[in-house]
Amino acid sequence: MSVTVGADGIKDVTTPLSDADVESLKAGDRVRISGVMYTARDAAHDRLFPLSEKGERLPIDVKGHIIYYTGPTPAQPGQVVGAIGPTTASRMDKFTPALLKLGLKGTMGKGYRGQPVKDALRQYKAVYFGAIGGAGAVLSRHVKKLEIVAYEDLGTEAIRRLEVDKFPAIVLNDCHGGDLYQDGQKQFAREG
Amino acid sequence: MRDIHVSAIADAVKKLCMEANVSLEPDVLRAFDRALTTERSTAGKQVLTILKENAALAAGQRIPYCQDTGTVVCFVELGQDVHVTGGGLDDAINEGVRQGYKEGYLRASIVKSPFDRVNTGDNTPAVIHVDVVPAATLKIMIMAKGGGCENRSKYTMLTPAAGLPAVKDFIIECVKTAGPDACPPLILGVGAGGTFEKCAILSKKSLFRELGSPNPDPMLDALEKELLERANRLGIGPQGYGGDTTALGIHILTYPCHITSLPVAVTIECHAHRHKEATL
Repeated sequence: MSVTVGADGIKDVTTPLSDADVESLKAGDRVRISGVMYTARDAAHDRLFPLSEKGERLPIDVKGHIIYYTGPTPAQPGQVVGAIGPTTASRMDKFTPALLKLGLKGTMGKGYRGQPVKDALRQYKAVYFGAIGGAGAVLSRHVKKLEIVAYEDLGTEAIRRLEVDKFPAIVLNDCHGGDLYQDGQKQFAREG
Repeated sequence: MRDIHVSAIADAVKKLCMEANVSLEPDVLRAFDRALTTERSTAGKQVLTILKENAALAAGQRIPYCQDTGTVVCFVELGQDVHVTGGGLDDAINEGVRQGYKEGYLRASIVKSPFDRVNTGDNTPAVIHVDVVPAATLKIMIMAKGGGCENRSKYTMLTPAAGLPAVKDFIIECVKTAGPDACPPLILGVGAGGTFEKCAILSKKSLFRELGSPNPDPMLDALEKELLERANRLGIGPQGYGGDTTALGIHILTYPCHITSLPVAVTIECHAHRHKEATL
């Protein structure tokens, strides 16, 4: 619903996201995300994709939302969730453009995306966020509520609706063609 | 002959799995501290600082360090004067994994078959390697091996004529292709020599050496240092955001090999280098 810049220079992002919100985000921006996100990884995408291909209704409304590529560890008694860091996003590349076309405004994971996904980010105005891979314990503290909303039989790969508060992330690929991996690594490369 | 009951083995494995996943070993934490003194990138420093916070929170609250609690890779050194009683060794190890992953609230990440992709539900089976050694003890070393980095591990068969320069280039190429997917800063386990399967196993086993410790072979030690410096000149940096800390260590183990062969395997390990060992 909004992107505002905090006093510390970090952008506060509240979901759902509009085209204008997406346009204001640039590769390299540090962000804190609050609101709703959905989790989905390999197995859930494998089920969502045929539905989107056939134009059938998905079990979640992706419009304006963020899909976080993660499979959390089980919650211990009294916890909302266990560790919840990102998985490698490129495994979902095959499915992503179709979901962006349906109005998905963000994906979050780790690692490079393929060119078709980067092109789709520009075409449909969406953003690819990075969460710190392997920081599962720290990230779990930002999840305030968790509910399984589809494909419960997939276990850790089921689709979960998360309510997050100030979830720390960084913009890896923006809708203007910006790419943090490319820019960041170029600065420090001393060997080809 | 010394009897060791399977229940003692299962219990040890259970504890190692639970502990490894919440509490990083001191060698990894020291490597983060060393990297913080040399890293020039602001984003890189932020990542390393968050990784330290993550390690402290995981150990303090007993939350897994990473949600990918891995495949359990288990190296066993079975003393030839030990008699395992009450059942099979592999079954005992898998029982320990089953109990540890359940009681530790760790993720079940193993599918029954690479083709049907149905989850086994308890993270079994482990991948088990057993060496029989002249001893009356049973040493168990486990690693919770993450999938993201494992997927970037590589093997090649070089020619003797291509030699060491080709080995070096292959290892550096592995770091490049691993990139951010494998969660840098990375640790590289290299196995060279032996056969196709031998060097792959050595590449895993090499990761159990203390991070930051010298290779006992001076030639390999110099090679490790040279390659680490090259890897860290690539600019990939923590999480691939750009920086000087792409790898925390490179460990090499070698084995004699055939006159025609120069096999090399590289296991890519992420910063969540979860390893523990116990001796019964």
